[in-house]
Amino acid sequence: MVDKLVVDSLESSGIDIILSVPCDMLSGIILEIKRRPIQHISVCREEEGVGIAAGCALAGRKPMLLMQNSGLGNSINALMSLTYFYKLPLFILMSHRGGQGEKILAQVPMGKAAPLLLDTLNIDFVTIKNTDDLEELETFIKATFKGSGINAAFLYRELWHEAK
Amino acid sequence: MQLFCTESSGMKRSEVIEEISKCDGLLISNLGFPSRELYATCDDPKNFYMLGSMGLTSSIGLGVALSQNKRVYVIDGDGSILMNLGSLVTIAHHAPDNFCLIIIDNKVYGSTGNQPTYTSEKADLVMTAKAAGNENAERVKNISGLRDALKKFSKQSAVIIAETEPGNEQVPVIPYDPVEIKGRFMGEIKKGKSVK
Repeated sequence: MVDKLVVDSLESSGIDIILSVPCDMLSGIILEIKRRPIQHISVCREEEGVGIAAGCALAGRKPMLLMQNSGLGNSINALMSLTYFYKLPLFILMSHRGGQGEKILAQVPMGKAAPLLLDTLNIDFVTIKNTDDLEELETFIKATFKGSGINAAFLYRELWHEAK
Repeated sequence: MQLFCTESSGMKRSEVIEEISKCDGLLISNLGFPSRELYATCDDPKNFYMLGSMGLTSSIGLGVALSQNKRVYVIDGDGSILMNLGSLVTIAHHAPDNFCLIIIDNKVYGSTGNQPTYTSEKADLVMTAKAAGNENAERVKNISGLRDALKKFSKQSAVIIAETEPGNEQVPVIPYDPVEIKGRFMGEIKKGKSVK
């Protein structure tokens, strides 16, 4: 149910292509995306997704990168020297790993660092912790594509737990 | 250490770039000297000059090819594609028929002082591209071979490995700022109303 609502928000906000690297927390969302008409391309590494997204934005499309926050670390140079440098619009949707309830300890350091990294990179972001926040997500995505910058959102584990 | 594992081709990168610039389509060129040589040979709004993000040339080109109908020629390098080999897999899977990746394999990192890349030893980019699933992958060693390959694959997704000598032309730095490069290029795409 949550996964459907998230993808509904993505569709109604105008996203027309999604570049993704899987995450356990995102598996339901990715399955749901595959059922919809929205174009979905799975990439081998997040940075590659940043490149494809830039190409799509050059052709006037509204791309979104879907990944876990570890992927942010794999993408930073591309986000700065390509997306930001050429002022191309991009929305990044990340599962927030490494927070409460995280079973994989290796996720914790990046989980703590990811919001701080976004601050350093001057990338605005919202945090989505329950389905009521999805309205804000939609507004935020729409605003991204009225401009020419990078915005992001974190999906917290609570989003799925709250709904149960 | 032996720099070349195959006999030297005699072809220059700038000649390859000049030949590609004659093609009818959009051009995405790798950062450093390839973009500068393209600028010096034939500056045109249809050229997207990369200025940073080494490795992502082929990915940017794939994004453009998937999003509009004009043919996209990507001028990549051996050092650059070695940074993003996964891209060859993604390209093979989606294989838009308006996409042509030309990897100029001069077997060195030419913009940073000609340090050898692994293609100067064992790595073979044609085999790599084919193993990734790209059926139309071919090596060319001279301009007529390049011309033939560009023609043969003109309506299909293709990966062409153009083996050249190392060395850079004496060419100016690109005078445009990134937003100018983007604006010109986007204007060129819109002109044809070719959005998919």
